[in-house]
Amino acid sequence: MAAEQSSSVGQVAAPALLAPQPALRRIPWLRWAATLLLIAALLIAPMVLSEFRLGLLARFLTYAIVALGLDLIWGYTGILSLGHGVFFGLGAYCTAMYLKLEATAGKMPDFMAWSGVDDMPFWWKPFRYAWFAIPASILIPMLLGAILGYAAFRNRIKGVFFSILSQALALVMVTLFIGQQGYTGGTNGMTNFKTFLGQDLNSDHVGHLLYWVTAVILIGVYFGCRGLVNSKVGKILVAIRDGENRARFIGYDPVAYQTFVYALSAGLAGLAGMLFVMQEGLITPTKMDILMSIKMVLWVAIGGRATLFGAMLGAIVVNSGENLLSEKYPETWSYMLGASFLAVVLFLPQGIVGWVMGIPRSPLWKKFAKSSEATP
Amino acid sequence: MNSAALLSNLFNSLSLASILLLIALGLAITFGLMRVINMAHGEFIMAGAYSAYVMQNLFGARGANWAFLAAIPFAFVVTAAMGWVLEATVIRRLYGRPLDTLLATWGISLMLQQGARSIFGPQGKSIQAPAWLDGTITLGALVMPYNRLFIMALSIACLVGMWAFLYRSNAGRRIQATMQNREMASCLGISTRRVDALAFSVGSGLAGVAGCALTLLSSIDSNVGTKYIVDSFMVVVLGGVGQLAGAFAGAIGMGFLNTGWEYETTASLGKVLTFACIIVFLQWRPAGIISSRSRALD
Repeated sequence: MAAEQSSSVGQVAAPALLAPQPALRRIPWLRWAATLLLIAALLIAPMVLSEFRLGLLARFLTYAIVALGLDLIWGYTGILSLGHGVFFGLGAYCTAMYLKLEATAGKMPDFMAWSGVDDMPFWWKPFRYAWFAIPASILIPMLLGAILGYAAFRNRIKGVFFSILSQALALVMVTLFIGQQGYTGGTNGMTNFKTFLGQDLNSDHVGHLLYWVTAVILIGVYFGCRGLVNSKVGKILVAIRDGENRARFIGYDPVAYQTFVYALSAGLAGLAGMLFVMQEGLITPTKMDILMSIKMVLWVAIGGRATLFGAMLGAIVVNSGENLLSEKYPETWSYMLGASFLAVVLFLPQGIVGWVMGIPRSPLWKKFAKSSEATP
Repeated sequence: MNSAALLSNLFNSLSLASILLLIALGLAITFGLMRVINMAHGEFIMAGAYSAYVMQNLFGARGANWAFLAAIPFAFVVTAAMGWVLEATVIRRLYGRPLDTLLATWGISLMLQQGARSIFGPQGKSIQAPAWLDGTITLGALVMPYNRLFIMALSIACLVGMWAFLYRSNAGRRIQATMQNREMASCLGISTRRVDALAFSVGSGLAGVAGCALTLLSSIDSNVGTKYIVDSFMVVVLGGVGQLAGAFAGAIGMGFLNTGWEYETTASLGKVLTFACIIVFLQWRPAGIISSRSRALD
């Protein structure tokens, strides 16, 4: 086979990570209005929703934190990670270990004995303390993300190759967590938590409190991410996404930026996992498997990649939809999930937010705007 | 490890490698040559497996010996047709947008899985292996089941067949010409669209053959594709894209790594160590075991 074989594969054009769409026009007031609307909705929600629904919403808000992180790495840096469930799961498991040990008052958890483990392994012991477990929930995913990201980006493994590797990571981790039943609880995962820092996790009061904490963290993360993408670093990320080699030749080191963002987004997923497990009271390997990881990508895609608000919105809307529809029509839900992937890629590559922002440009809107100008 | 264990590990490695090779051959064309990332490839494998089930029901108890042989070409035709439709409706619109292709085909794979559950039911279906594949050959301490040997032979046959098709037939040469330099091929009068469709259907058809072979090993359900899809992509990544030899090398590498680590540790730890080995290996050769040299930047 000819030597230049591998060079000719981007037949159509340079590898375009995002659909070649014209840049969306910025509508400054729209973003502020949308943000304020969201904050208002978050403030009102506890008054109108039942305890059960509020708990669900709080869980979706943790998903929104994952989506923000995923959007940083995918939407802004152009690296599609299909293994973000792993980071979410690691964060959740770290916190779950603490919750479990608090429930057993530091004794060996029951599932270890069932699996024939005699002594609690040494690496479980530090998770007895919240000051260790809570930071670990964020730092361990970050560390894994940094190592894996550095190893891959350094060798310019990117595009679909990186996506496949990250998906393999999800497969491997799930296999590991199921296989090491004595240390992780296997397929059943970990459950039966009682308290967090001495507070009863099952009380309505703590449920409300967790909702507020999650909402505040989400808004904080959102503004933090927005600060990041509007900063110089954010511009460089977009430059790397759109022309990695050009950025390299100008003198930036894409590997450092990519690794940083990947680790950051892994940390955000870990943070979300930590908040999630306190509310769900259960963590199983299905929360970190390939399906979960790719669903996370769908949230961002449907909401609108490369817009932070879209990612957040997507996570909340898709999960609410899934919750309503999969209860009633479990069979058709799989079809709809699949079809929504297709539809968003083929017809709405910029997601909901891109579609809304595109309205002022559409021929129909222009016609309408003109006629309303002409009438008076 | 004594010599008997060594021999049986060697056989198991080769057996796993042959299964991985069979599954990855189709990907070597659609992903390796065309750079289309088709997450529905696993569901084409599933479709091939269900084709074998359909054939078995068509032939009934009397034809059980021949149903399996008939199923192989039938599965090839069925999945090649599915691949052709997928290329014409979805993938054609997404050339040059690899990550979008990945997401769209993943959506298709979800729908195909649910479709299979709706048609065949959620329970696993077992396919009766033909009588002439029952039994083993015993060589000293080494026991080799016929069905494993058959899969090895089938994957070698597919490899040789693909090699002849790609490197010796006119259609294969047109595929190569198009993938190497699309504009030039087009200028010389090759219908690149038709070439895309042909290459994609052949790659998909191979998934069907692989699916048939999998029915010899275990019962099948709608998740059979997801079990293998990640491993088979890893085979292509490890082996290097663009050439059949890459898929072969990748399958052998994965087969030996996986079997060896599983023997030394446990099944779950073995997977982790295999993955770690691949990551470490890619540090050394980022383009895989067999890579063509290129001065291109991307």
